[in-house]
Amino acid sequence: MQCPPPITQTRLLHQRALRDSAMSDVQAQPATLAEVFPETGVDGAATGFALAHIGAHIGATGKPLLWVQDRVSRREAGRPFLAGFPVPLNVIHVQAGNATDVLWTMEQGLGCPGLGGVIGEIWGDPARLDFTATKRLALRAEAHGVPAWLIRRAATASLSAARLRWRIASLPAAADPHDQRAPGQAMWRADLFRARWRQPGQWVAHHDGGALVMEHGGDLPDSGDWAQTG
Amino acid sequence: MKIADPAPLRATGLRTPTDPDNLARAIAALRSALQPKVRANPVKTARAQPDSFSPVGIPRFILGPVWRSGSGIGQDSARPGRLTTTAAPTPPTDRDPLTRRITAIHLPRFAMERWLAWAARQGEAIPDDLPVALAVEGPHGPVIHATNRAAEAEGIHPGARVVDMRALCPNARITFADVAGDKAALAKLMLWARRWCPWTATDGAAGLVLDTTGSDHLFGDEPAMLREIEGKLSSLGLTSSLATAPTHGAAWALSRLGAVREVCLPDQLAARMAPLPVRALRLNGDTVLLLKRLGLKTVGDLAAVPRISLARRFSRADLIANPLLRLDQMMGRLAEPVSSPDDPPRFAVQANLPETVQDPTPHLPALCAELCAGLHAAGFGARRVTVTVYRTDGEVSQVSVATAQATRDPSHLAKLFEGKLDKIDPGFGFDLITLAASVAEKQATVQRRLDGGADDGAELARLIDRLTARLGADAIRRPVGHESHLPERRENWQTAQIAAPPTAAATPPPLHMARPLRLFDYPEEVRVLYAVPEGPPAQFVWRRVTHRVTRFAGPERIAPEWWHDRPGTRLRDYYRIEEQTGRRFWIYRAGILGDGRGEVPRWFIHGVFG
Repeated sequence: MQCPPPITQTRLLHQRALRDSAMSDVQAQPATLAEVFPETGVDGAATGFALAHIGAHIGATGKPLLWVQDRVSRREAGRPFLAGFPVPLNVIHVQAGNATDVLWTMEQGLGCPGLGGVIGEIWGDPARLDFTATKRLALRAEAHGVPAWLIRRAATASLSAARLRWRIASLPAAADPHDQRAPGQAMWRADLFRARWRQPGQWVAHHDGGALVMEHGGDLPDSGDWAQTG
Repeated sequence: MKIADPAPLRATGLRTPTDPDNLARAIAALRSALQPKVRANPVKTARAQPDSFSPVGIPRFILGPVWRSGSGIGQDSARPGRLTTTAAPTPPTDRDPLTRRITAIHLPRFAMERWLAWAARQGEAIPDDLPVALAVEGPHGPVIHATNRAAEAEGIHPGARVVDMRALCPNARITFADVAGDKAALAKLMLWARRWCPWTATDGAAGLVLDTTGSDHLFGDEPAMLREIEGKLSSLGLTSSLATAPTHGAAWALSRLGAVREVCLPDQLAARMAPLPVRALRLNGDTVLLLKRLGLKTVGDLAAVPRISLARRFSRADLIANPLLRLDQMMGRLAEPVSSPDDPPRFAVQANLPETVQDPTPHLPALCAELCAGLHAAGFGARRVTVTVYRTDGEVSQVSVATAQATRDPSHLAKLFEGKLDKIDPGFGFDLITLAASVAEKQATVQRRLDGGADDGAELARLIDRLTARLGADAIRRPVGHESHLPERRENWQTAQIAAPPTAAATPPPLHMARPLRLFDYPEEVRVLYAVPEGPPAQFVWRRVTHRVTRFAGPERIAPEWWHDRPGTRLRDYYRIEEQTGRRFWIYRAGILGDGRGEVPRWFIHGVFG
């Protein structure tokens, strides 16, 4: 009896990429590690974007979400406020002192399949957050099927093993149909500048009834121009 | 002075053959020996049902075999270096007070030996033949508190005035005693004495009392246990005299006035107590003097007096001046439990090491496995586990971890101690490690899923335990909903190990107003550059960056909670604004102009929208 040859890693990745490209839906992402780089330090867009993905992954299972922050992130960008979440989530908040503790906590959380997701926030470019650390997180997230989002403020996008790397910024909100002076539906510019299994690209993302909608908004003016004209 | 120390004793005064009490003592002994035995042998009572939850310590049951004796370790526990389990302290039963075994330790020269050790550490070794005495302030000038042997031979005795003793012995060295330090040292020594039994307490200024019921088999028998205790105390440099008896009063008396390391069994109690002088009853000096004047010189004399006469004579006296109550305590007719400051743990295992070590880590897995086996056999799980090391210099150091759910998984418990044992202070080493489940809960054995996957709740609880063990309990928090309009009071973040997972009923109803995704812990003030009469400022500076408001929504007025806030708290008008780069903030104005609650209203930024 002859056994088929073992499936190589490259072939596996290729299969997975084919499968993912067949799925047009953004929410059908496999659970893995993604990095988000906000354009500015204080910007709720990255949080909203990560929460939209995590919320879609958790769905109706009601699994808790582990939210880890280092001290600087909490002081500079605030803590999560559950009343503003698009979908109610069961959050366990961890206040870590430094990036080492954040990475350790994320790794512990990713080993627990009872969690619906892990969000970590790290300020700056600590030496501990290198390729090895991100690779550990990515492998652990994929092994246990827990999605991990790493929000990196005031950071440079250096070497990393994150499967998806986003750059998120706020766009001027859509018009409020009931009030001309008020900002309406929040819009974000999502720039996927590095991806393992799919094409990089740019989208304009917004919430639509709880679900995240991403469309190619090439005709949208840049935010600075809009502000000047508006 | 006399009241605090009921019987100031001098070693030379004990057991002298020329004591005039001797005749009366002999008569009393003879009389008590001729009396028929009043007490029958102790009868084991029916066992009560165990209570379902014991927060700490011993539950109110168990006379029969418990897991400690059932684990097969008790038989060969005398071997050094292997794991032994601490004895189960049998709780007192109402019917048989004399089944307990109480050990009293008297440290006659505790203050002096402590002072001598301190002086030796200062590089000033005191020779043995130099008379040294410690003094405390008395009502009429300083009085002697403690002496060494040389001073005692010179005639210096506690309670005497210092000026008199200086006249008696001019070359004596007299310094002031550190009474508070002695008390603290004795309290530490009391904790250290838990290496012999789980239930210890201090007893007066220079004594300890141990409830050694069921502990003696760990050392062989009771004389061997007393030898062990005396040897360990002498290695600390402490002179001790000790005795074991069925009651606290009897043990106290025998340790001060009895033979060396005396063991008194319940059936010998009356005969052994009868010849002792009345000061063995822990009475104050005035009462002892009164009894002597009444002709009652021994305990036997006192016991022969009809109860009703004693009761009438001492009806209003305190315990310390009441011979009848003290006699009842000594004979076990009046309960006197050892009042330990905290309850001993019900589940505890210990490792006796053949020599002192500095690191408890290699012994921990075996201890955890044994503790969990015991918990499993009893159907309990640990909520808080404590590692205690007993150092060779007479102190105790401990580290404890807590768990979110009752657990009896040895590997999980061992993992919780990772990195925490560095904080333990080993001193010059320790030779005994105790692992105790200081808080235990009933834990039923539940079946896990059939496909082999772990239960989600247990996995999550273990995750919280690991995080808490490393980051501290305050770092892991869960929101608990609170009905309040003020955003910072709406979510009450509580420690995740204690807070229950949120339920649908507990969460406050969702708001229909827009709320930010992130909230600052403290609202940050902004500097208004360009104010407009209605609405938010057109331009403001926050964190040294100028922001220009392009669109806004609001205001949403949130009034202070008058039942919660101080009077004079200003209301807040919240605006949801969008600035020139598209970022959306939640800013508010504290108060309005002319509300009579302060100056011109200031503006704050409180949150960030997604």
